[in-house]
Amino acid sequence: MGNRYELNKELAQMLKGGVIMDVTTPEQARIAEEAGACAVMALERIPADIRAVGGVSRMSDPKMIRGIQEAVSIPVMAKCRIGHFAEAQILQAIGIDYIDESEVLSPADDVYHINKKAFEVPFVCGARDLGEALRRISEGASMIRTKGEPGTGDIVQAVRHMRKMNREIGQVSALKKDELYEEAKRLQAPYELVVYVHEHHRLPVVNFAAGGVATPADAALMMQLGAEGVFVGSGIFKSGNPAKRAQAIVKAVANFNDPELLAALSEDLGEAMVGINEQEIQLIMEERGR
Amino acid sequence: MGRRIGVLSVQGAFIEHEKRLQRLGAECVELRKHEDAMKSFDGLVLPGGESSVQGKLLRELEMFEPLKRQIEEGMPVMGTCAGLILLAAEINNDTRRHFQTLPRTVRRNAYGRQRESFCATGSFGDFTDIPMKFIRAPYIEEVGEGTEILSVVRGNIVAVRYKKQLAMSFHPELCPDDRIHEYFLKM
Repeated sequence: MGNRYELNKELAQMLKGGVIMDVTTPEQARIAEEAGACAVMALERIPADIRAVGGVSRMSDPKMIRGIQEAVSIPVMAKCRIGHFAEAQILQAIGIDYIDESEVLSPADDVYHINKKAFEVPFVCGARDLGEALRRISEGASMIRTKGEPGTGDIVQAVRHMRKMNREIGQVSALKKDELYEEAKRLQAPYELVVYVHEHHRLPVVNFAAGGVATPADAALMMQLGAEGVFVGSGIFKSGNPAKRAQAIVKAVANFNDPELLAALSEDLGEAMVGINEQEIQLIMEERGR
Repeated sequence: MGRRIGVLSVQGAFIEHEKRLQRLGAECVELRKHEDAMKSFDGLVLPGGESSVQGKLLRELEMFEPLKRQIEEGMPVMGTCAGLILLAAEINNDTRRHFQTLPRTVRRNAYGRQRESFCATGSFGDFTDIPMKFIRAPYIEEVGEGTEILSVVRGNIVAVRYKKQLAMSFHPELCPDDRIHEYFLKM
């Protein structure tokens, strides 16, 4: 730990203000880099297709990930199943830049997350609220993202998670110092991390939005709600014109407070991904891992 | 009256630079679009992040020409990590080029992937024991005439000054040492 953990948190700082895009082939990875992605997430199927296909979804073929690593110069991330530390070891062995211990894949362990402190490469994990974020950080995550509801094109869950996180950070900040012990119990999170949030009014790591981002407006919404960057999964390569939409989302994240520019960016993007409402889905991924 | 520093704010770790510069008494202006870049500054910071993203947005948000002109006219500029790549005249493992105001050649992601990121301590001109963080960092392979080499770490050039351009592979904004930012503010 020590230096390595700091360097891993700092790589996430370098990704801030950027868009991390899901890609399934070297060709898509090139389109993403060309469009201005600050990193790509290599996976076999994007979340919308994971939903459509069903069954157990696992870490991607290392050969496919290598192909993507060779295709781009930006950081390459990849997903492993919750609790599947052997998949994580494999991803570390191929020199992945960031591992996403992700609820999008089928969980491998219904009790334990990976002990991420045992790894040199960094991990990002999903969280719906402050307690969950701090538990992941105590396990060694060096970046957090909202869980949202992947593969739906519906932003409502990501908004809910971001608002809840911010509300709880505000509440912890407002407590008296001697109230933090009880708050740590309530949040089921380590006391030291609760103290950090109390003193700094933020998470100890970078926090991105993820799950359901489909338009430049969605990305701007999440940034205005306090996200430090955005993951876009199915929203790009399930849309009518992936390259154009990807570029528009990148610019929307850089200028999330500029409605005139956002209006121009939102024009003529072609068809957005169809999307599924939260009432229509049967598989709730956000409930995987707590 | 503090100096007015433009900070490229399209992507990356720009807030870290702003906090440091503000603590040292400078005023920071975030550069996100064309109008921002048309203002005049006492200095410019090009922060860490992904140079491919920053270079693209610089052009598409129409900040490239006005900023390049100001750099060429002698406005002090500090580039860290991705910022070094934006300034470099040549990049030997990338087809993209950006301001090209700093002679001469850098190598992107020169040390490898995140596993190869590292911390070091080195000298920077007359300063000794400067803490340095290299995160998927570039280094400088070749310098041009008139370029002062300020730091060498592990046998590679990692900081240079050419006229009013200061560029380095590492991230002084992430380390609790103000000397490099102070040096820049006095340039």
